[in-house]
Amino acid sequence: MTLIPGDKPGAASVASDTRQSKGPLTGVKVVEYGDFISAPFCTRLMADLGAEVVKVEPPDCGDSSRRYGPFPQDSPHREKSGLYLYLNANKLGVTLDIGTATGANMFRQLLAQADVLVENHAPGHLDKFGLGYQSLKEHFPRLIVTSITPFGQTGPYRDYKAYAINCSAAAGWSLIVGEPGREPLTPPLSMGHYISALSASTATMVAVIARRLTGRGQQIDVSEVECLNSLLSGVAANAFVYYGRMRMRHGNRSPAAYPYAVLPCKDGYMWMIAIQGHEWKRFLDVLGGGKPPDWYESDPRFKDRLKAGREYADELDARLAPWLMSHTKQEIFQLCRDNHIPFAPVNDIDEVVNNEHLNARGFFVELEHPEAGRLKYPGEPQKFSRTPWSLRSAAPTLGQHNEEVFCGRLGVPKQELALLRAGGVI
Amino acid sequence: MPPKALQGLRVLEFAEFVSGPYCAKLMADLGAEVIKIEPPDLGDESRRRGPFPNDLPDQDASGLFLYLNTGKLGVTLDPSKLTGRRIFEKLVAQADILIENNPVGVMSKLGLGFDSLKTINPKLIMASITPFGQSGPYAHWKSYYLNTFHAGGEGYTLPGGIGWQMYPERPPLKAGGFIGEYNCGVAAATAIVGAAFGCLMCEAGQYIEISEQEVLASLMRTDLGKYNDGWVESRATRSVPIGGFIHCKDGFVQLIPLWKHMWTALVAAMGNPEWAGEARFQHERLMAGWQGVTRVSDDILRDREEANERIEQWAMQYNSEEIYTVVQRHGCIAAPVCSVADLFSSKQLQAREFIPEVEHPEAGCLKYLGAPYKFSETPWRIDKPAPLLGRHNEEVYCNRLGYSRQELVQMRRAGII
Amino acid sequence: MASAEYPLEGIRITDFGQVWAGPILSGLLANMGAEVIKIETRKRLDSVRLGPDNVERDPEKDPWFQCINRNKLSITVDFSDERGVALLKKLVKISHVVSENFSPGVLKRHGLDYDSLVKIKPDLIMVALPGAGSFGPMADLVTYGPSIVGLCGYDRMVGYEGERVLGMQQPYADVVAALYGAYSVLAAINHQQETGEGQYIELCQWEAATAVMGEALMESVMNGRNPGTLGNVQPGMAPHNNYPCQGQDKWVSIAIKTDDEWGAFCRAIGSPEWAKEERFADGFLRWQNRKEMDRLVGEWTRGRTHYEVTELLQKAGVAAAPCLSMDERLEDPHFQDRQAFVPIEHPVIGTGWVTSIPWKMSDTPGGVRTPAPLIGQHNQYVFGELLKMSQDEINYLVQEKVIY
Repeated sequence: MTLIPGDKPGAASVASDTRQSKGPLTGVKVVEYGDFISAPFCTRLMADLGAEVVKVEPPDCGDSSRRYGPFPQDSPHREKSGLYLYLNANKLGVTLDIGTATGANMFRQLLAQADVLVENHAPGHLDKFGLGYQSLKEHFPRLIVTSITPFGQTGPYRDYKAYAINCSAAAGWSLIVGEPGREPLTPPLSMGHYISALSASTATMVAVIARRLTGRGQQIDVSEVECLNSLLSGVAANAFVYYGRMRMRHGNRSPAAYPYAVLPCKDGYMWMIAIQGHEWKRFLDVLGGGKPPDWYESDPRFKDRLKAGREYADELDARLAPWLMSHTKQEIFQLCRDNHIPFAPVNDIDEVVNNEHLNARGFFVELEHPEAGRLKYPGEPQKFSRTPWSLRSAAPTLGQHNEEVFCGRLGVPKQELALLRAGGVI
Repeated sequence: MPPKALQGLRVLEFAEFVSGPYCAKLMADLGAEVIKIEPPDLGDESRRRGPFPNDLPDQDASGLFLYLNTGKLGVTLDPSKLTGRRIFEKLVAQADILIENNPVGVMSKLGLGFDSLKTINPKLIMASITPFGQSGPYAHWKSYYLNTFHAGGEGYTLPGGIGWQMYPERPPLKAGGFIGEYNCGVAAATAIVGAAFGCLMCEAGQYIEISEQEVLASLMRTDLGKYNDGWVESRATRSVPIGGFIHCKDGFVQLIPLWKHMWTALVAAMGNPEWAGEARFQHERLMAGWQGVTRVSDDILRDREEANERIEQWAMQYNSEEIYTVVQRHGCIAAPVCSVADLFSSKQLQAREFIPEVEHPEAGCLKYLGAPYKFSETPWRIDKPAPLLGRHNEEVYCNRLGYSRQELVQMRRAGII
Repeated sequence: MASAEYPLEGIRITDFGQVWAGPILSGLLANMGAEVIKIETRKRLDSVRLGPDNVERDPEKDPWFQCINRNKLSITVDFSDERGVALLKKLVKISHVVSENFSPGVLKRHGLDYDSLVKIKPDLIMVALPGAGSFGPMADLVTYGPSIVGLCGYDRMVGYEGERVLGMQQPYADVVAALYGAYSVLAAINHQQETGEGQYIELCQWEAATAVMGEALMESVMNGRNPGTLGNVQPGMAPHNNYPCQGQDKWVSIAIKTDDEWGAFCRAIGSPEWAKEERFADGFLRWQNRKEMDRLVGEWTRGRTHYEVTELLQKAGVAAAPCLSMDERLEDPHFQDRQAFVPIEHPVIGTGWVTSIPWKMSDTPGGVRTPAPLIGQHNQYVFGELLKMSQDEINYLVQEKVIY
């Protein structure tokens, strides 16, 4: 068994022919009617493992991530948005206005050939076009419909409008990030969207497997707020129920055994975390040149690490500061690795992109796109021994596969494409 | 390269589809610098119309758009947003001419009416093209090309001749393509260049409004003259009494024996057939009442029909090129009916270099139509292909107006560009 | 055999998962009916059994453990003893999936790595979640969940805009890796059901945490730019922040993207003069002047409760939501209506509340059936019933501290 890619990092896992490679989801057909991050990332995950994903975008504007960027050289271009390019590789792209009768009809024809529909529009949005779940279930009893929304398809807040910041707030995720007394911080990059997408693809796979037993499709209701609450912020419910304890914001540290904090050094920040006592002890030895420094040895208050973490953390930080501020991230990291201390640098993004370890693992892959050119993309963190991941094709340009999908599969005569375009259907 | 006629003239185009863009194209190809403003995402309506290479719809490869927008810089902008309006005003401050074809009232609602813009640029020439002009009871009517064309009167006489004879009960037709819109573009360009020339002397801007209905009506040539004689030209009357479109072996040929000597020439070209000698087929009789107001008798109408049938019997033995050559040689007006393919392969047009090829990044190398005029000193030339949507945002907004590229990204996210 | 309600019933998972990532992965599958057998040993307890909120320091009473390990079985096996290894191999033989998140090489030292196990169970699916992966120059890196969030660069962005780095201070990388892991295992099950083939899946947590940061990575690839600390800034949106409300540490999140939303917001707050100012007239201007606008919005929210602001703005079609604390969420009508927390009876600690499944499936919902196991609670079931060992043999191994 080998997981290690070939000699050229990043190149080996890119299959040469786009439609050939076989993944664990080969044969699964997905239609995505999604926008921005959550639904597109969900179907990207499925496409990466071999599912065929047809992404349906509104004509003209396309996915809103196309307007978001980042753009090469900061030059906005709808085919060059980094967010769009990343989230939509490995998919086929078509344009369709399901608000037109013809568009809704073509959408239904696409679903007739699909196993899964993934969408992230407001609850009730699809009903307006006669494409609500009840109607789809009637026509396509085997179809799996995965809907990602902020608050879910039911409940009093079902129709609430919410962006990532609002979901993170309601889920209680924001309240535990930031400094005490100041406003809570939302996890950057709309992280809740990614977590709901991962949840949605997991649930969708359960449904694909379940369908083998039941022969039926089903509706999967994914609420971003609930994902965050269920997997992150809500896990501590019993700490409140039993002991009245609630986690709040503690700035750059956690209320745990010292050290458990992000501390500044000469050229950045270090994650100083030592769960095991011997890890901390080894660091003190490094600090004192073979033995713990005198200021530590002479102060008994610091011996109880749990107490020290809660009460003397600032004082201890100040004690460490002179040494930290005279060493760079790399110097500290190297010393820590040599001495089996699990402290790690807080990397800048370019340090991640150029990271020796990640690149040696072939994590980043290069891919050519007709408009955006050759770019480096993050790869896939899961490595399958038998059915490896593959990056088969770059993100589609707007409507790139209209002909292939509409003419090739739905049987629309080619000359009608221009009429459908002039009519705003595609 | 020699300078072009309108070099140095700075034109801002906030127009879409055919009339405004064609007007600006005429000026761009003569050397004016045209900055075309399109709505973000959607772009110009003509981008959605096609025809598309290989029938594949592509915003950047619509044939109509490619033809109408050569030589321009393209930017995207939504002036309904404040930042968009400010940018528009900055562009106006740097322009000599603004061409727009939005519905009446849209510019004022945006705060971009002539009265506002002239305070920014007192020398601005602004031209507005609308279906019915800026004043009068129909000024606010919504009108597509079909409506405007028939409001212009020409449609009432189409089709005449064979078309009408074959299907007299069918409705009037608009002329092919968007010919009226093109006419409008020509009229607007004429007016603007006139105003620009005038401005050189008086140092003041002005507002030009162009009514498409009036443009079309003013092209009706003789029909209005006939009306003065109490005659309303219609499809039934609009045709030459004999000749016209005649079927031939490979299509149609147009024969117009308006005068007696031409009729004699045509008869000679046909080999002086016996029937042509009959009294009822003499030119004076067949042409009776032409360009007059009196109705001719039914038997004359029957004879005209018969004459045409006989001409057709002859014509069906030859193809149009042969007929054209022989009839012209004898001295009667005759013309082939050219298809687009005929135009592109025409030796005449090729000899005059009327069909330049233009390379476009999306659509590739295509044949375009040139200009119907040749300048001896300041050549007409297509300098660059039609812009991709927002192609020159950076050049215009960053290089000329001083925005940073990161601001461009923020403006994109805010839907301003 | 699976019922429609629990579609993964019949799939047995031998779960070596520890702390967060591994247990969350297997927990997701347990929710849907998989039989997850958690391998523990009293020699070295799962550290979450003695987490920071375990006030009584009793490993059977940890409040967090209870949530992430519900629906699972627990057996105690010391696999530093060869006899323990033999026991586990027997279990793997009747399992479908093995999951683990030890440091690379730990299971191999005991002969429990994939290459050894696949000999016993040829169609085995095995998933491992090493921090930095099993190969590459830093494969030996010792990591904890939070430090992975630092390594992947995410923490570099967490802090008030332009100020010092604070970091997430949460096991969020573990959750991302666990979700990737559960998804991958299900994909592998799909492949196995299609072809009969099992396989090994390595899921590098560092890479998982990196893969969900596409936007920031692409910015670096395209423009060589590092974002720095971002605060509550979301490009293209303003207002976009958490604003102070009436009460102790109460905040409301408000987010506006379009001009329509801004118009609705202004009307909802009574069209104050400042809102009509040109510097806030479109998305670009609001973005440029966002700091001043945040101050003004904050002055308006300050006198109201976070729920009041939410209701008022949502009625107008503006995205707003309160920052809810744990007690508020337990009481919140929407959380209650959706049963986001479900009660569960635990034999030692009493009635507790655990979070629901993060999705709702209409046909095969799964559910929370059993509380987190006591240490070794299912030794009898697993060794006696499943592995059909005699009581004498079990007693002997308990005595020998192999089952311990």
